[in-house]
Amino acid sequence: MAEAIAFYTLAVLILGLGVAVITTPKTVHSVVFLVLNFLCVAVLYVVLRAEFLAVIQVLVYAGGIVVLYLFVVMLVNLKRAPEAHEDPRRLARLGLALSGAVLLELAGIVVYSYGRVTPASAPAAAGPLTGAGNTEELGWLLYTDYLIPFEVASVLLLVAMVGAIVLARRES
Amino acid sequence: MEITPAHYTVLSAALFSIGVIGVLVRRNVIIIFMAIELMLNAVNINLVAHARYLENLAGQVFVVFVIAVAAAEAAVGLGILLAFFRNKETVNIDEMNIMRW
Repeated sequence: MAEAIAFYTLAVLILGLGVAVITTPKTVHSVVFLVLNFLCVAVLYVVLRAEFLAVIQVLVYAGGIVVLYLFVVMLVNLKRAPEAHEDPRRLARLGLALSGAVLLELAGIVVYSYGRVTPASAPAAAGPLTGAGNTEELGWLLYTDYLIPFEVASVLLLVAMVGAIVLARRES
Repeated sequence: MEITPAHYTVLSAALFSIGVIGVLVRRNVIIIFMAIELMLNAVNINLVAHARYLENLAGQVFVVFVIAVAAAEAAVGLGILLAFFRNKETVNIDEMNIMRW
């Protein structure tokens, strides 16, 4: 019951803030709604017993990536409104219809695939997830089974850092 | 009233669709980047929910990788955006057509 209340509250918050992110006219407000959205997703991770990911979500997303967005919003000094010019070839209504089709398709897949799953696959109360603590088990997996993807991800971050510096540098 | 993985999948699908709407309808590139972050978050919710219900931590490991890729994408994308803004003084995606036609 507690999980149901938490889930529905968080779902309403996440979806409402998501809609607010893409509908507010001012970009700064959009960034603020994005932070709140990320924080709600972090709380949802806690509900799902992924405490380490919740902390990472707050640190990396709400702390790092959103600050990057805020810096860019502040650096981009617009002399005219960003949505003043519209391409006559733009098909925004078609885009809206297509994204509605994406939602219908995803909902159809969910209903179709979960309709044939027997409810016997409900989670057991105590599983391997509750053994040694989420962070410890995740760290164990990351440094044993997933060591090579982990190293590849670190190289990817290095490449992204170099690329961002090269792109944002002023050519003189 | 029990919360099943299907509930989380529906939430994830709805959030993903909001991101798709943002990418297809908005014209401000910064907001389009934020919509992409929303879509990545939708995928993460899905992975974490199924990691919990299938009692397999591999899903959470993949969320770590998705977050790393999202950080890399945001850094490079915003770098490109700043470089473009320095040349054309706009963040409207309809005016970013120098490599399109």
